[in-house]
Amino acid sequence: MNMQTRVKLLMAPLACILLASCAHVKEYQKSRINDSEMSLSSRKVEKNEQNFQSYREGAAGANGGKTGGGCGCN
Amino acid sequence: MRKICLTVVGLYLMMLHAFSQFTAKDTTVYQPRPLKIDEINLVSSYYKQDGNHSPVTGGIGSEKVTDIANGLDIKWVGWDQKNRKNTLTAGIGYDHHTAASQAYVSKTGASQTGGTRIYPSLNWNIENEKKGTGFGLGAYYSTEYNYKSIGLDAEFSKKTKNNGEFTARLTGYFDKVKLIYPSELIPVSTNTSASSSGDGHSKNIPSSPRYTYTASFSFEQVINKRMQVSVMTDLIAQNGYLGLPFHRVYLNSGADVVENLPNTRYKLPLGVRLNYFVGDNVILRSYYRYYTDSWGIVSHTANLEVPVKLSPFFSVSPFYRYYVQSAARYFAPYGTHTSQDQYYTSNYALSGFTSQFFGAGIRLSPPKGIFGTHLNSLEIRYGHYTQTTDLVSDVISVHLQFK
Repeated sequence: MNMQTRVKLLMAPLACILLASCAHVKEYQKSRINDSEMSLSSRKVEKNEQNFQSYREGAAGANGGKTGGGCGCN
Repeated sequence: MRKICLTVVGLYLMMLHAFSQFTAKDTTVYQPRPLKIDEINLVSSYYKQDGNHSPVTGGIGSEKVTDIANGLDIKWVGWDQKNRKNTLTAGIGYDHHTAASQAYVSKTGASQTGGTRIYPSLNWNIENEKKGTGFGLGAYYSTEYNYKSIGLDAEFSKKTKNNGEFTARLTGYFDKVKLIYPSELIPVSTNTSASSSGDGHSKNIPSSPRYTYTASFSFEQVINKRMQVSVMTDLIAQNGYLGLPFHRVYLNSGADVVENLPNTRYKLPLGVRLNYFVGDNVILRSYYRYYTDSWGIVSHTANLEVPVKLSPFFSVSPFYRYYVQSAARYFAPYGTHTSQDQYYTSNYALSGFTSQFFGAGIRLSPPKGIFGTHLNSLEIRYGHYTQTTDLVSDVISVHLQFK
Protein backbone atom coordinates (compact mmCIF):
# COMPACT_ATOMS: atom_id res chain seq x y z
CA MET A 1 0.00 0.00 0.00
CA ASN A 2 1.73 3.21 -1.09
CA MET A 3 1.86 6.43 0.88
CA GLN A 4 -0.85 8.11 -1.18
CA THR A 5 -3.33 5.32 -0.44
CA ARG A 6 -2.50 5.40 3.27
CA VAL A 7 -3.06 9.16 3.37
CA LYS A 8 -6.46 8.81 1.68
CA LEU A 9 -7.55 6.02 4.02
CA LEU A 10 -6.53 8.09 7.01
CA MET A 11 -8.18 11.30 5.84
CA ALA A 12 -11.47 9.74 4.67
CA PRO A 13 -12.98 9.08 8.14
CA LEU A 14 -11.74 12.47 9.30
CA ALA A 15 -13.45 14.16 6.39
CA CYS A 16 -16.67 12.29 7.21
CA ILE A 17 -16.58 13.60 10.77
CA LEU A 18 -16.15 17.14 9.53
CA LEU A 19 -18.62 17.01 6.69
CA ALA A 20 -21.33 15.21 8.68
CA SER A 21 -24.05 17.69 9.64
CA CYS A 22 -22.21 19.96 12.07
CA ALA A 23 -24.69 21.68 14.37
CA HIS A 24 -24.91 25.40 13.79
CA VAL A 25 -23.65 26.80 17.09
CA LYS A 26 -24.57 30.40 17.82
CA GLU A 27 -22.16 32.71 19.65
CA TYR A 28 -24.18 32.65 22.90
CA GLN A 29 -24.04 28.82 22.87
CA LYS A 30 -20.22 28.72 22.81
CA SER A 31 -19.55 29.00 26.55
CA ARG A 32 -18.02 25.50 26.62
CA ILE A 33 -16.32 25.74 23.23
CA ASN A 34 -14.65 29.02 24.23
CA ASP A 35 -13.28 27.62 27.50
CA SER A 36 -9.48 28.04 27.57
CA GLU A 37 -9.02 24.29 28.21
CA MET A 38 -10.90 23.56 24.95
CA SER A 39 -8.37 25.36 22.77
CA LEU A 40 -7.30 23.30 19.75
CA SER A 41 -3.70 24.48 19.94
CA SER A 42 -1.03 23.13 22.29
CA ARG A 43 -0.67 24.89 25.59
CA LYS A 44 2.22 27.37 25.80
CA VAL A 45 3.50 25.41 28.82
CA GLU A 46 3.95 22.36 26.52
CA LYS A 47 6.24 24.17 24.07
CA ASN A 48 9.55 23.00 25.55
CA GLU A 49 8.20 19.44 26.06
CA GLN A 50 7.41 19.25 22.34
CA ASN A 51 10.91 20.47 21.54
CA PHE A 52 12.55 17.81 23.74
CA GLN A 53 10.38 15.13 22.16
CA SER A 54 11.36 16.21 18.63
CA TYR A 55 15.08 16.05 19.64
CA ARG A 56 14.79 12.47 21.01
CA GLU A 57 12.40 11.06 18.43
CA GLY A 58 12.45 10.79 14.66
CA ALA A 59 9.06 12.38 14.07
CA ALA A 60 8.13 16.05 14.09
CA GLY A 61 5.32 18.33 12.99
CA ALA A 62 1.51 18.41 12.75
CA ASN A 63 1.28 19.84 16.26
CA GLY A 64 2.08 23.52 15.77
CA GLY A 65 5.66 22.89 16.89
CA LYS A 66 9.00 22.23 15.20
CA THR A 67 9.14 20.49 11.86
CA GLY A 68 12.90 20.70 11.36
CA GLY A 69 15.59 23.32 11.20
CA GLY A 70 15.94 26.29 13.53
CA CYS A 71 18.40 24.58 15.89
CA GLY A 72 21.24 22.08 15.90
CA CYS A 73 19.06 19.46 17.50
CA ASN A 74 17.42 17.93 14.43
CA MET B 1 -55.44 80.71 -11.29
CA ARG B 2 -55.45 80.94 -7.51
CA LYS B 3 -55.70 77.13 -7.30
CA ILE B 4 -52.64 76.77 -9.57
CA CYS B 5 -50.61 79.25 -7.48
CA LEU B 6 -51.56 77.51 -4.23
CA THR B 7 -50.68 74.14 -5.74
CA VAL B 8 -47.28 75.38 -6.92
CA VAL B 9 -46.57 76.97 -3.51
CA GLY B 10 -47.65 73.76 -1.77
CA LEU B 11 -45.38 71.64 -3.96
CA TYR B 12 -42.50 74.06 -3.33
CA LEU B 13 -43.01 73.84 0.43
CA MET B 14 -43.11 70.02 0.23
CA MET B 15 -39.80 70.02 -1.63
CA LEU B 16 -38.25 72.29 0.95
CA HIS B 17 -39.50 69.95 3.71
CA ALA B 18 -37.99 66.92 1.99
CA PHE B 19 -34.57 68.54 1.87
CA SER B 20 -34.88 69.66 5.49
CA GLN B 21 -34.49 65.99 6.57
CA PHE B 22 -30.71 66.21 6.38
CA THR B 23 -28.49 63.69 8.03
CA ALA B 24 -26.64 65.01 11.04
CA LYS B 25 -22.89 64.94 10.65
CA ASP B 26 -21.65 61.44 11.66
CA THR B 27 -19.63 61.92 14.86
CA THR B 28 -19.16 58.18 15.35
CA VAL B 29 -16.50 57.72 12.60
CA TYR B 30 -14.25 54.82 13.57
CA GLN B 31 -11.01 55.90 15.22
CA PRO B 32 -7.94 53.69 14.90
CA ARG B 33 -6.40 52.46 18.14
CA PRO B 34 -2.61 52.34 18.46
CA LEU B 35 -0.72 49.21 19.49
CA LYS B 36 -0.90 48.53 23.23
CA ILE B 37 0.52 45.66 25.25
CA ASP B 38 -2.14 42.98 25.42
CA GLU B 39 -0.30 40.16 27.18
CA ILE B 40 3.11 38.96 28.28
CA ASN B 41 4.01 35.27 28.50
CA LEU B 42 6.93 33.73 30.31
CA VAL B 43 7.62 29.99 29.95
CA SER B 44 10.48 28.25 31.75
CA SER B 45 11.39 24.57 31.82
CA TYR B 46 13.94 22.41 33.57
CA TYR B 47 14.80 19.19 31.74
CA LYS B 48 16.91 16.30 32.99
CA GLN B 49 17.77 13.18 30.99
CA ASP B 50 19.87 10.04 31.26
CA GLY B 51 20.55 7.07 29.01
CA ASN B 52 23.30 4.85 27.60
CA HIS B 53 23.31 5.41 23.86
CA SER B 54 25.04 8.69 23.17
CA PRO B 55 25.54 9.32 19.41
CA VAL B 56 28.72 11.30 20.20
CA THR B 57 30.37 8.04 21.29
CA GLY B 58 28.85 5.89 18.56
CA GLY B 59 25.64 4.73 20.26
CA ILE B 60 27.14 3.85 23.64
CA GLY B 61 27.98 6.06 26.60
CA SER B 62 26.19 8.50 28.87
CA GLU B 63 23.31 10.57 27.55
CA LYS B 64 23.13 12.64 30.73
CA VAL B 65 21.77 16.09 29.87
CA THR B 66 20.30 18.98 31.83
CA ASP B 67 18.66 21.89 30.08
CA ILE B 68 17.07 25.10 31.29
CA ALA B 69 14.86 26.66 28.60
CA ASN B 70 13.29 30.11 28.96
CA GLY B 71 11.02 32.04 26.64
CA LEU B 72 9.49 35.50 26.95
CA ASP B 73 7.03 36.98 24.47
CA ILE B 74 5.19 40.29 24.48
CA LYS B 75 2.05 40.83 22.42
CA TRP B 76 0.80 44.24 21.26
CA VAL B 77 -2.68 44.67 19.78
CA GLY B 78 -4.13 47.66 17.92
CA TRP B 79 -6.72 48.54 15.27
CA ASP B 80 -5.98 50.45 12.07
CA GLN B 81 -8.15 52.91 10.13
CA LYS B 82 -9.90 50.07 8.30
CA ASN B 83 -10.89 48.44 11.61
CA ARG B 84 -8.46 45.56 11.13
CA LYS B 85 -6.89 44.04 14.20
CA ASN B 86 -3.08 44.22 14.14
CA THR B 87 -1.07 41.97 16.44
CA LEU B 88 2.68 42.30 16.91
CA THR B 89 4.50 39.67 18.99
CA ALA B 90 8.16 39.93 19.94
CA GLY B 91 9.83 36.98 21.63
CA ILE B 92 13.22 35.95 22.96
CA GLY B 93 14.35 32.50 24.09
CA TYR B 94 17.40 31.54 26.13
CA ASP B 95 18.44 27.92 26.69
CA HIS B 96 21.46 26.59 28.55
CA HIS B 97 22.36 22.91 28.53
CA THR B 98 25.06 20.64 29.88
CA ALA B 99 25.63 17.30 28.17
CA ALA B 100 28.05 14.70 29.54
CA SER B 101 28.65 13.17 26.10
CA GLN B 102 29.66 16.56 24.66
CA ALA B 103 32.97 16.23 26.54
CA TYR B 104 33.81 13.35 24.17
CA VAL B 105 33.80 15.42 21.01
CA SER B 106 37.43 15.32 22.02
CA LYS B 107 38.73 11.75 22.17
CA THR B 108 40.16 12.51 25.63
CA GLY B 109 36.90 13.91 27.02
CA ALA B 110 38.33 17.43 27.27
CA SER B 111 35.64 19.27 25.28
CA GLN B 112 33.30 21.71 27.00
CA THR B 113 30.07 20.14 28.22
CA GLY B 114 27.87 23.24 28.22
CA GLY B 115 26.22 25.32 25.56
CA THR B 116 23.86 28.26 25.23
CA ARG B 117 21.26 29.05 22.60
CA ILE B 118 19.62 32.44 22.08
CA TYR B 119 16.66 32.77 19.70
CA PRO B 120 14.69 35.98 19.15
CA SER B 121 11.53 36.15 17.03
CA LEU B 122 9.12 38.71 15.59
CA ASN B 123 5.58 38.10 14.27
CA TRP B 124 3.00 40.46 12.80
CA ASN B 125 -0.57 39.47 12.07
CA ILE B 126 -3.45 41.47 10.58
CA GLU B 127 -7.03 40.25 10.89
CA ASN B 128 -10.18 41.50 9.20
CA GLU B 129 -12.85 40.35 11.64
CA LYS B 130 -15.65 41.35 9.26
CA LYS B 131 -14.37 39.23 6.38
CA GLY B 132 -12.94 36.54 8.65
CA THR B 133 -9.51 36.66 6.99
CA GLY B 134 -6.04 36.99 8.48
CA PHE B 135 -2.50 37.39 7.17
CA GLY B 136 0.78 37.19 9.04
CA LEU B 137 4.56 37.32 8.66
CA GLY B 138 7.25 35.99 10.99
CA ALA B 139 11.04 36.21 11.31
CA TYR B 140 13.25 34.03 13.53
CA TYR B 141 16.93 33.84 14.44
CA SER B 142 18.86 31.29 16.49
CA THR B 143 22.50 31.14 17.50
CA GLU B 144 24.47 28.53 19.43
CA TYR B 145 28.12 27.55 19.38
CA ASN B 146 27.78 25.10 16.48
CA TYR B 147 24.64 26.30 14.66
CA LYS B 148 23.13 29.48 13.21
CA SER B 149 19.60 29.75 11.84
CA ILE B 150 17.46 32.33 10.07
CA GLY B 151 13.77 31.56 9.63
CA LEU B 152 10.91 33.29 7.80
CA ASP B 153 7.24 32.48 7.48
CA ALA B 154 4.00 33.76 5.96
CA GLU B 155 0.51 32.71 7.03
CA PHE B 156 -3.03 33.09 5.70
CA SER B 157 -6.27 32.17 7.47
CA LYS B 158 -9.96 32.25 6.55
CA LYS B 159 -13.00 31.59 8.72
CA THR B 160 -15.99 29.78 7.24
CA LYS B 161 -19.64 30.71 7.80
CA ASN B 162 -20.25 27.65 9.96
CA ASN B 163 -17.65 28.04 12.72
CA GLY B 164 -14.71 26.64 10.76
CA GLU B 165 -11.26 28.08 10.06
CA PHE B 166 -8.65 27.18 7.46
CA THR B 167 -4.99 28.18 7.90
CA ALA B 168 -2.01 27.82 5.56
CA ARG B 169 1.58 28.71 6.43
CA LEU B 170 4.84 28.62 4.49
CA THR B 171 8.07 28.48 6.51
CA GLY B 172 11.73 28.42 5.49
CA TYR B 173 14.79 27.91 7.70
CA PHE B 174 18.20 28.80 6.26
CA ASP B 175 20.74 27.28 8.63
CA LYS B 176 24.47 26.74 8.92
CA VAL B 177 26.00 23.76 10.74
CA LYS B 178 29.52 24.37 12.04
CA LEU B 179 31.59 21.31 11.12
CA ILE B 180 33.02 20.49 14.56
CA TYR B 181 34.32 16.94 14.06
CA PRO B 182 35.48 14.47 16.75
CA SER B 183 39.08 15.38 17.51
CA GLU B 184 40.54 12.21 15.94
CA LEU B 185 38.48 12.66 12.75
CA ILE B 186 39.24 16.30 11.90
CA PRO B 187 40.13 16.39 8.15
CA VAL B 188 43.91 16.48 7.57
CA SER B 189 43.60 19.55 5.34
CA THR B 190 42.19 21.61 8.26
CA ASN B 191 44.65 23.73 10.31
CA THR B 192 44.58 21.94 13.66
CA SER B 193 46.24 24.41 16.02
CA ALA B 194 45.05 23.76 19.59
CA SER B 195 42.30 26.03 20.90
CA SER B 196 41.70 27.06 24.47
CA SER B 197 39.13 24.30 24.94
CA GLY B 198 41.90 21.71 24.53
CA ASP B 199 40.06 19.79 21.84
CA GLY B 200 42.49 20.53 19.01
CA HIS B 201 39.97 22.33 16.77
CA SER B 202 40.95 25.11 14.41
CA LYS B 203 39.67 28.58 15.15
CA ASN B 204 38.37 28.84 11.55
CA ILE B 205 35.89 25.98 11.47
CA PRO B 206 33.94 25.79 8.19
CA SER B 207 30.15 25.54 8.08
CA SER B 208 27.76 23.64 5.85
CA PRO B 209 24.22 24.78 4.97
CA ARG B 210 20.95 23.08 5.94
CA TYR B 211 17.64 24.20 4.46
CA THR B 212 14.16 23.30 5.72
CA TYR B 213 10.97 24.23 3.86
CA THR B 214 7.53 23.56 5.35
CA ALA B 215 4.01 24.03 3.98
CA SER B 216 1.54 23.71 6.86
CA PHE B 217 -2.22 23.32 6.50
CA SER B 218 -4.83 23.08 9.22
CA PHE B 219 -8.61 23.13 9.44
CA GLU B 220 -10.61 23.65 12.63
CA GLN B 221 -14.32 22.98 12.96
CA VAL B 222 -16.84 23.34 15.76
CA ILE B 223 -18.92 20.17 15.64
CA ASN B 224 -21.50 21.03 18.29
CA LYS B 225 -21.81 22.93 21.58
CA ARG B 226 -19.40 20.53 23.30
CA MET B 227 -16.99 19.30 20.62
CA GLN B 228 -14.51 20.75 18.18
CA VAL B 229 -11.91 19.11 15.99
CA SER B 230 -8.88 20.10 13.93
CA VAL B 231 -6.80 18.33 11.31
CA MET B 232 -3.24 19.38 10.53
CA THR B 233 -0.52 18.42 8.13
CA ASP B 234 2.94 19.66 7.25
CA LEU B 235 4.75 18.98 3.98
CA ILE B 236 8.43 19.19 4.91
CA ALA B 237 11.49 19.12 2.66
CA GLN B 238 15.03 19.35 4.00
CA ASN B 239 18.31 19.46 2.15
CA GLY B 240 21.93 20.08 3.03
CA TYR B 241 23.96 18.73 5.94
CA LEU B 242 21.28 16.80 7.86
CA GLY B 243 23.43 14.89 10.37
CA LEU B 244 25.69 16.33 13.08
CA PRO B 245 29.46 16.33 12.45
CA PHE B 246 30.39 15.24 16.02
CA HIS B 247 28.27 12.08 15.90
CA ARG B 248 30.51 9.01 15.62
CA VAL B 249 29.72 5.62 14.09
CA TYR B 250 31.83 2.57 15.01
CA LEU B 251 32.03 0.07 12.16
CA ASN B 252 32.21 -3.68 12.63
CA SER B 253 35.95 -3.40 11.92
CA GLY B 254 36.40 -1.26 15.05
CA ALA B 255 37.19 1.90 13.08
CA ASP B 256 35.20 5.03 13.87
CA VAL B 257 33.86 7.47 11.29
CA VAL B 258 31.60 10.55 11.29
CA GLU B 259 27.93 9.65 10.72
CA ASN B 260 26.87 10.08 7.10
CA LEU B 261 23.21 10.73 6.26
CA PRO B 262 21.53 11.59 2.94
CA ASN B 263 21.45 15.27 2.04
CA THR B 264 17.68 15.24 1.46
CA ARG B 265 14.76 14.30 3.69
CA TYR B 266 11.01 14.55 3.11
CA LYS B 267 8.61 14.33 6.04
CA LEU B 268 4.83 13.96 6.16
CA PRO B 269 3.04 14.19 9.52
CA LEU B 270 -0.77 14.13 9.74
CA GLY B 271 -2.41 15.12 13.02
CA VAL B 272 -5.93 15.24 14.43
CA ARG B 273 -7.10 16.92 17.62
CA LEU B 274 -10.52 16.38 19.14
CA ASN B 275 -11.68 18.18 22.28
CA TYR B 276 -14.89 17.29 24.05
CA PHE B 277 -16.51 18.93 27.08
CA VAL B 278 -18.00 16.18 29.24
CA GLY B 279 -20.63 17.30 31.74
CA ASP B 280 -19.81 20.59 33.45
CA ASN B 281 -16.28 20.01 34.72
CA VAL B 282 -14.31 17.55 32.63
CA ILE B 283 -12.70 18.03 29.22
CA LEU B 284 -11.16 15.38 27.00
CA ARG B 285 -8.23 16.67 24.89
CA SER B 286 -7.13 13.98 22.46
CA TYR B 287 -4.49 13.98 19.76
CA TYR B 288 -3.27 11.48 17.19
CA ARG B 289 -0.44 11.84 14.66
CA TYR B 290 0.72 9.57 11.84
CA TYR B 291 4.22 10.29 10.55
CA THR B 292 6.31 8.97 7.69
CA ASP B 293 9.49 10.18 6.00
CA SER B 294 11.90 9.33 3.20
CA TRP B 295 14.44 7.85 5.63
CA GLY B 296 12.05 4.98 6.36
CA ILE B 297 10.68 6.14 9.73
CA VAL B 298 6.99 5.50 10.36
CA SER B 299 5.53 6.53 13.69
CA HIS B 300 2.27 6.88 15.59
CA THR B 301 1.60 9.28 18.45
CA ALA B 302 -1.45 9.18 20.69
CA ASN B 303 -2.05 11.65 23.48
CA LEU B 304 -4.88 12.07 25.96
CA GLU B 305 -5.20 14.87 28.50
CA VAL B 306 -8.16 15.19 30.89
CA PRO B 307 -8.46 18.65 32.49
CA VAL B 308 -10.76 18.54 35.51
CA LYS B 309 -12.12 21.93 36.53
CA LEU B 310 -12.23 21.83 40.34
CA SER B 311 -13.55 25.39 40.19
CA PRO B 312 -14.14 27.82 37.27
CA PHE B 313 -10.60 29.15 37.90
CA PHE B 314 -8.61 26.08 38.93
CA SER B 315 -8.04 22.91 36.97
CA VAL B 316 -5.89 19.81 37.24
CA SER B 317 -4.84 18.07 34.00
CA PRO B 318 -3.35 14.56 34.05
CA PHE B 319 -2.02 13.40 30.67
CA TYR B 320 -0.58 10.35 28.93
CA ARG B 321 1.29 10.12 25.62
CA TYR B 322 2.23 6.95 23.76
CA TYR B 323 4.67 6.95 20.86
CA VAL B 324 6.01 4.17 18.60
CA GLN B 325 8.41 4.48 15.69
CA SER B 326 10.20 2.17 13.26
CA ALA B 327 13.92 2.64 12.65
CA ALA B 328 15.36 4.73 9.85
CA ARG B 329 16.94 2.52 7.21
CA TYR B 330 20.37 4.05 7.93
CA PHE B 331 20.41 3.23 11.65
CA ALA B 332 22.41 0.42 13.23
CA PRO B 333 23.77 0.00 16.78
CA TYR B 334 27.40 0.27 17.87
CA GLY B 335 29.81 -1.91 15.88
CA THR B 336 27.25 -3.07 13.30
CA HIS B 337 27.69 -0.87 10.23
CA THR B 338 30.13 -2.00 7.55
CA SER B 339 32.47 0.01 5.38
CA GLN B 340 30.22 -0.90 2.43
CA ASP B 341 27.27 1.08 3.81
CA GLN B 342 26.66 4.32 1.90
CA TYR B 343 24.79 5.99 4.79
CA TYR B 344 25.21 5.20 8.48
CA THR B 345 24.20 6.49 11.88
CA SER B 346 24.06 5.16 15.45
CA ASN B 347 21.84 8.00 16.71
CA TYR B 348 19.16 6.25 18.75
CA ALA B 349 16.66 9.05 17.99
CA LEU B 350 16.46 7.34 14.57
CA SER B 351 16.16 3.78 15.96
CA GLY B 352 13.00 1.72 16.45
CA PHE B 353 11.44 2.16 19.90
CA THR B 354 8.34 3.00 21.88
CA SER B 355 8.06 5.74 24.46
CA GLN B 356 5.64 6.86 27.13
CA PHE B 357 5.21 10.29 28.63
CA PHE B 358 2.88 10.95 31.52
CA GLY B 359 2.33 13.54 34.20
CA ALA B 360 0.00 16.28 35.29
CA GLY B 361 -0.44 20.02 35.28
CA ILE B 362 -2.34 22.58 37.30
CA ARG B 363 -3.76 25.85 36.04
CA LEU B 364 -4.88 28.84 38.06
CA SER B 365 -6.66 31.74 36.28
CA PRO B 366 -8.99 33.86 38.47
CA PRO B 367 -10.88 36.57 36.55
CA LYS B 368 -9.27 39.51 38.39
CA GLY B 369 -5.76 38.09 38.32
CA ILE B 370 -3.87 36.12 40.95
CA PHE B 371 -4.03 38.09 44.22
CA GLY B 372 -5.57 40.94 42.19
CA THR B 373 -2.36 41.49 40.20
CA HIS B 374 -1.67 41.56 36.45
CA LEU B 375 -0.68 37.89 36.72
CA ASN B 376 -3.65 36.56 34.77
CA SER B 377 -2.80 32.83 34.87
CA LEU B 378 -0.26 30.42 36.26
CA GLU B 379 0.38 26.91 34.93
CA ILE B 380 2.79 24.34 36.30
CA ARG B 381 3.30 21.02 34.53
CA TYR B 382 5.47 17.97 35.23
CA GLY B 383 6.12 14.99 32.95
CA HIS B 384 8.15 11.76 33.10
CA TYR B 385 9.38 10.26 29.83
CA THR B 386 10.76 6.78 29.14
CA GLN B 387 11.92 5.08 25.95
CA THR B 388 12.54 1.37 25.36
CA THR B 389 16.10 2.46 24.47
CA ASP B 390 16.52 3.05 28.26
CA LEU B 391 16.43 6.83 27.84
CA VAL B 392 14.65 8.43 30.80
CA SER B 393 13.88 12.09 31.35
CA ASP B 394 11.87 14.46 33.54
CA VAL B 395 10.68 17.92 32.68
CA ILE B 396 8.96 20.56 34.76
CA SER B 397 7.56 23.71 33.14
CA VAL B 398 6.01 26.93 34.37
CA HIS B 399 3.93 29.41 32.35
CA LEU B 400 3.10 32.88 33.66
CA GLN B 401 0.70 35.04 31.69
CA PHE B 402 0.35 38.74 32.46
CA LYS B 403 -2.46 40.94 31.11
